[in-house]
Amino acid sequence: MAPEGNSKPSGGGYLDFEQKVADLERQMDELRKLSAQKGIDYIVEIRRIEKDKIGELKRLYAGLTAWQTVQVARHPQRPLLADYLNLMVQDFRELHGDRCFGDDRAIVTGIGQIARTKVLIVGQNKGKTTKEKIACNFGCPNPEGYRKALAKMRFAEKYGLPVVTLIDTPGAYPGIGAEERGQAQAIALNLCEMSRLKVPIVSICIGEGGSGGALGIAVGDRLAMLEFAYYSVISPEGCAAILWRDGSQAPDAAAALKLTSRELHKLGLVDAIIPEPVGGAQRNVHDTVHNVESYLAKTLAELNRMKLSDLVEARYRKWRSVGSASLGKGPKAAPTIAPIASTGRRVAAERDSSPAKV
Amino acid sequence: MTMTKKPKTTWGGFSLKPRKEMPEGLWTKCPACEHMLYRSAVEKNLNVCPTCSYHFRIGAPTRIEYLADDGTFQPLLDDLTSGDPLDFQFRGTTYKERILADEKKSGAKEAIQIGKAFIKGRGVVLGVMEPNFLMGSMGAVVGEKFCAAVDKALEESLPLVVVSCSGGARMHEGVVSLGQMAKTAAALARLDDAKGLFISVLTDPTTGGVTASFAMLGDVIMAEPGALIGFAGPRTIAETIKVELPDGFQTAEFMLEHGFIDMIVARKDLRSEIARIIDYCRK
Ligand SMILES: [Zn+2]
Repeated sequence: MAPEGNSKPSGGGYLDFEQKVADLERQMDELRKLSAQKGIDYIVEIRRIEKDKIGELKRLYAGLTAWQTVQVARHPQRPLLADYLNLMVQDFRELHGDRCFGDDRAIVTGIGQIARTKVLIVGQNKGKTTKEKIACNFGCPNPEGYRKALAKMRFAEKYGLPVVTLIDTPGAYPGIGAEERGQAQAIALNLCEMSRLKVPIVSICIGEGGSGGALGIAVGDRLAMLEFAYYSVISPEGCAAILWRDGSQAPDAAAALKLTSRELHKLGLVDAIIPEPVGGAQRNVHDTVHNVESYLAKTLAELNRMKLSDLVEARYRKWRSVGSASLGKGPKAAPTIAPIASTGRRVAAERDSSPAKV
Repeated sequence: MTMTKKPKTTWGGFSLKPRKEMPEGLWTKCPACEHMLYRSAVEKNLNVCPTCSYHFRIGAPTRIEYLADDGTFQPLLDDLTSGDPLDFQFRGTTYKERILADEKKSGAKEAIQIGKAFIKGRGVVLGVMEPNFLMGSMGAVVGEKFCAAVDKALEESLPLVVVSCSGGARMHEGVVSLGQMAKTAAALARLDDAKGLFISVLTDPTTGGVTASFAMLGDVIMAEPGALIGFAGPRTIAETIKVELPDGFQTAEFMLEHGFIDMIVARKDLRSEIARIIDYCRK
């Protein structure tokens, strides 16, 4: 593969902070054109510019702001569920039926093999073409999507198939029909049932981790994020509209929400960060999928070795301890916690346990 | 006594036209039927309009007074306070300042109170959300206290009764608050495994991450009449789909019609209905 082919998003797709990269790409294109026209060999110059470009990408992506990260996570050429199904899953068979209302294209479920392990895959689907995007509601699931996911996870539990969920949604759909059909209840039930499902569950946020819509398929034994994905309680735009009373303050809101993989890992809310290729996943779909596959191979093997009862207990502890570290430890608070902790077996055990590390 | 006119506030939503607590003063106007009401008459009527039964929003202490047998509420984890996991700053202010301001304004220390109590002589673990503290939003303290209430119910084989009143997850705590949805749902899975009873009472408003977690996981789900109950806020929906929302959308009555709650119970009947359910579910 030509080195320059690796890190160029096809058809441009430069983000506004990538101007210098775009300039370097243009210079290389011009040299190649000249080369062809005049028969002069510019390979040395091209290589030098290529090196500069990679250096610039490394520099840029090492210091992305939260808002830039959100833009990368939403990049139109970022690999989507379909890429993972094509490149990572052997023998994929989609199972459509929610047995309830209809087939939500925003959530795809099916069986297949990842790294020679038979699994159930639950993935959020944003669609590539305009037609696909409309068909799958731009990745915003309706209640039937969450119910389909739960139905298939119960099927997986019955036959001992580990569950792999791939998260990529701006959020659960806020619509009239979604409310009529119980969006809140569908998500709530998934949280509850996933917490006690008797098979391993590995979740990976591959792009957008939009709030309850993401969490609705993310309550598992491990939660990993691609390096430049984001995961947030509310969209930066929504948060800005409420707390800043101005949606255009989204960059400030994104920073305040600490929604990047690095910040969330530091806070102990995410178990692992899966590295992306130089310049982001949109520049190299294959390497991105490969990194996700390696993580899954390792993690599935690890979880499959655990005794099922230990696995489910550890999962409970992991979720039960979310936020415990941030509780007020004022002199007034301490004495009240102690008696409860000493009588509540679980509370006592879990207050000190940090989320499981990979 | 029947609701002749649906109050417009019921779908206008929490943030657009917040349901009124009774304003100060001798007289007050009912936001639904617009009658001038004698304040003490409304208070004597459990903060419900005597003319049209509009249920005014009430804080946690008042709710506990209405629900629990006199003097039986024993608070648990009452002093647990919010940390500030994200060091959250916005528009020239901070989450910490916001907490202090709401604490001062409402006298509440957090958005939920939990404790042991009796309801018509039946022992329960009771949780009551406080709308006057950061809109009753769920952060780490609400999640932890909810789970402590579940643990207490498990430990002492008591029914769990939680009255929701919340704008959803607390943005200021980011993914920590999002995680509380899973945390509370996981705790309820344990209670369910142990065949424990959870009665979820939804009041105005119950939206967002609270609806999409413990509030919708009751073995029995009750709601007060006219309460706003939903996942997405009405404003978000209106802005997304750009059509006017139907009258009565996301009310308790709408939820009943669509099969997501079990019964609508007037405030004056909550105690007896909760007691009845408990009696049917005793092992
Ligand atoms: Zn009235």
